[in-house]
Amino acid sequence: MIQLSQARRFSLAIGAVFMMFGIFFGSLPAMGANEAKAATPNPAPTNISQLLIKGTVKNEGVGVAGVKFHVTGNGVDLTATSGDDGKWQLVMQEKGVYKVEIVLDSLPKGVGLRDASLTSRDADLTITDTAAVLFPLGKDIRVVQPIGDQIIIRVFAGLNLGLLLAVAAIGISLIFGTTGLNNFAHGEMVTFGALFMYLFYAVLGWPVILAAAVTIALSAVFGWSQDAAIWRPLRKRRTGLNQMMIVSIGLSIVLRYLLLLFFGGETKTINPTFESVEIGPILTTVNSLTSMGISAVALAAVALFLTRTRIGKATRAVSDNAALAASTGIDVERIIRIVWVLAGALTGLAGILYGMQFQGNWLMGFSILLLLFASVTLGGLGTALGATVGALIIGMVVEVSSLVLPTDLKYAASLIILILVLLVRPQGVLGKKQRIG
Amino acid sequence: MDWLNILNLAVSEMINPISASFILCALGLSVHFGYTGLLNFGQAAFAGVGAYAMVIGILTFHLPILLALLFALACSAVFALILGIPTLRLRADYLAIVTIASAEVFRYFMTTIGFSSVTGGASGLSQFGDEFWALNPFTFSGKVGFGPFEYSARDWFIRIVAWLLIAVSAVFIWLLMRSPWGRVLKSIREDEDAVRSLGKNVFAYKLQSLIIGGGLGSLGGMVLVMNFSTVAPQNWVTTFTFQIWTVLLLGGAATILGPIVGGMVLFLLLSLTQSIMSGLVHLGWLPFLSDPQVGQIRFLLIGLALMLLVIFRPQGIFGNKKELQFNG
Repeated sequence: MIQLSQARRFSLAIGAVFMMFGIFFGSLPAMGANEAKAATPNPAPTNISQLLIKGTVKNEGVGVAGVKFHVTGNGVDLTATSGDDGKWQLVMQEKGVYKVEIVLDSLPKGVGLRDASLTSRDADLTITDTAAVLFPLGKDIRVVQPIGDQIIIRVFAGLNLGLLLAVAAIGISLIFGTTGLNNFAHGEMVTFGALFMYLFYAVLGWPVILAAAVTIALSAVFGWSQDAAIWRPLRKRRTGLNQMMIVSIGLSIVLRYLLLLFFGGETKTINPTFESVEIGPILTTVNSLTSMGISAVALAAVALFLTRTRIGKATRAVSDNAALAASTGIDVERIIRIVWVLAGALTGLAGILYGMQFQGNWLMGFSILLLLFASVTLGGLGTALGATVGALIIGMVVEVSSLVLPTDLKYAASLIILILVLLVRPQGVLGKKQRIG
Repeated sequence: MDWLNILNLAVSEMINPISASFILCALGLSVHFGYTGLLNFGQAAFAGVGAYAMVIGILTFHLPILLALLFALACSAVFALILGIPTLRLRADYLAIVTIASAEVFRYFMTTIGFSSVTGGASGLSQFGDEFWALNPFTFSGKVGFGPFEYSARDWFIRIVAWLLIAVSAVFIWLLMRSPWGRVLKSIREDEDAVRSLGKNVFAYKLQSLIIGGGLGSLGGMVLVMNFSTVAPQNWVTTFTFQIWTVLLLGGAATILGPIVGGMVLFLLLSLTQSIMSGLVHLGWLPFLSDPQVGQIRFLLIGLALMLLVIFRPQGIFGNKKELQFNG
């Protein structure tokens, strides 16, 4: 009987999470209908609508005509040329991943790729039936740069990525520290932040501060409700940690496809304005600099919170030893709740910053999830400072490795580092030995 | 809605080669997780290694199909060694993260342009199956069969091969697990330290388990790509791994029938819900959904099934709760 009532409470709780989603998304039916055209993966024998690879080339907001694109893969070898508005598209017959290469010689003089290492990208038509491939253009930086400058540029990019990862990774680290859970659904919290920012800022046209504030508040509620609906009841049932880890994987799949259902599969440009800034050899944007500033402030605030406030100290005490902390009168459940709210807000912020600088789609969070795990593990599981250091190292590795490795292997490099660290020093750079089993 | 058609489609889905390859992978995972307690989150990589090795064996080294199969099994064993020797000493959740990371690294290496002369890069490889299909003893044209099971000669052939592989693997695991070797595996799952104190080399047993389960996974991968006639990196994403986990946990982890029945039931249910939902969409009863979105709901259901199974019935359909060791 007890089992049954628990079960019922559970389904109610899980239902509540989905309800929440329903409320959020209920307000945007028109958008869902227009945008969500992602096709079904096999083996369903449905009529597939047209498969399309498309894109727009723009330089300083103006479409560039006559740029050639070379699309290869699945036995296809086609070329497209952009029209006067900078738009181009190609119809594909088969699902699959195609390689899209921009023909550099077809660019007008003085115009180059903003990221010179990205001359080709993959267009993934396995799950969705439209793939947008964008090559951001900017001032031609094709002139060969001295290696010193290249290193400075990559280190700067690494710092940028590292700060972003750090903001998202602190959440994982705090959650692991206080509850022992490896939360695989954390990536979806990043996606959540980015896509809601897209909704409020790009679609509804709210002022940026308001849009960001509402998104962060929603992300915090999202974090809290995950804990309240799923993790707290599971802790009460004394569910094993590895079992909870698998639950979080299931949750991650559910959330990812919910986000896909409601936002559609296309990559979204959240912030279309780019104002470039030149600092020595580094060519960057105001967005990136702002984002780095905000990340740094957020990280400093978290550090102050953890070291100076009562609740922060209590959080660290629970991370260290929950039973001991409880015996000194700390309300462990309350601390865990606060940690989830904080993690939700921070991770949502990371999603906003990531989306404003780059772009956003339903898979973005999942694609950086392993980088987040790598950061947290590298720094030492469960220590917030460690997560920050780890994230900065991982960000650097990802960006600097592309000096020697092909760009499509830059994530692989950081994952190999993760594996090596686990082998040599499983407690991480700053972790304590007792944390490993 | 054409109910007979929907039912036929669903029943036929139970034995289709895609289900069969998931079942093979899940049998392998059952050796890893069910019997040994290893949290392997990289089964997709084993399937991928097997599939790629077989195809590269055929296309690059011009091996006959049987040799290519053996070559693929050898590659999967080498992959298990590379993965296992450093990581099997780690705690379970670390092993999980390392295996999922290695699976992603494998996928990046298959995608990268640098190796595309051998791997085909992002678009993968195709046209490797001629020799396999030439082995087909059936020569009839058109569709032959009964009820929901009406297939062409080619379809019958791949189904029979796949299910023979499943049968052989199932008997193989059954024999293994009732041998003294299998009992040691199960006791490692229950209490590693106790087994170690009896003088057994726990590490070696875990490594052997990883190799055997990985080999079954790579058989699954081979069946899958033979059926698709192409092999590409995006087949081996992490969602593939977790679909295998859902199959395994639905049936029951430390059982042999579990993965088989789990796979059949899961694909039956998915096909049913998908057909019914797209039927409802066509009738206009679900105005907020479009046809392609129904296909995405498939994955949503898989995730939901995984969550609910682990929370409410971790032992699955056939399993014994006592035999379930999540914290091994």
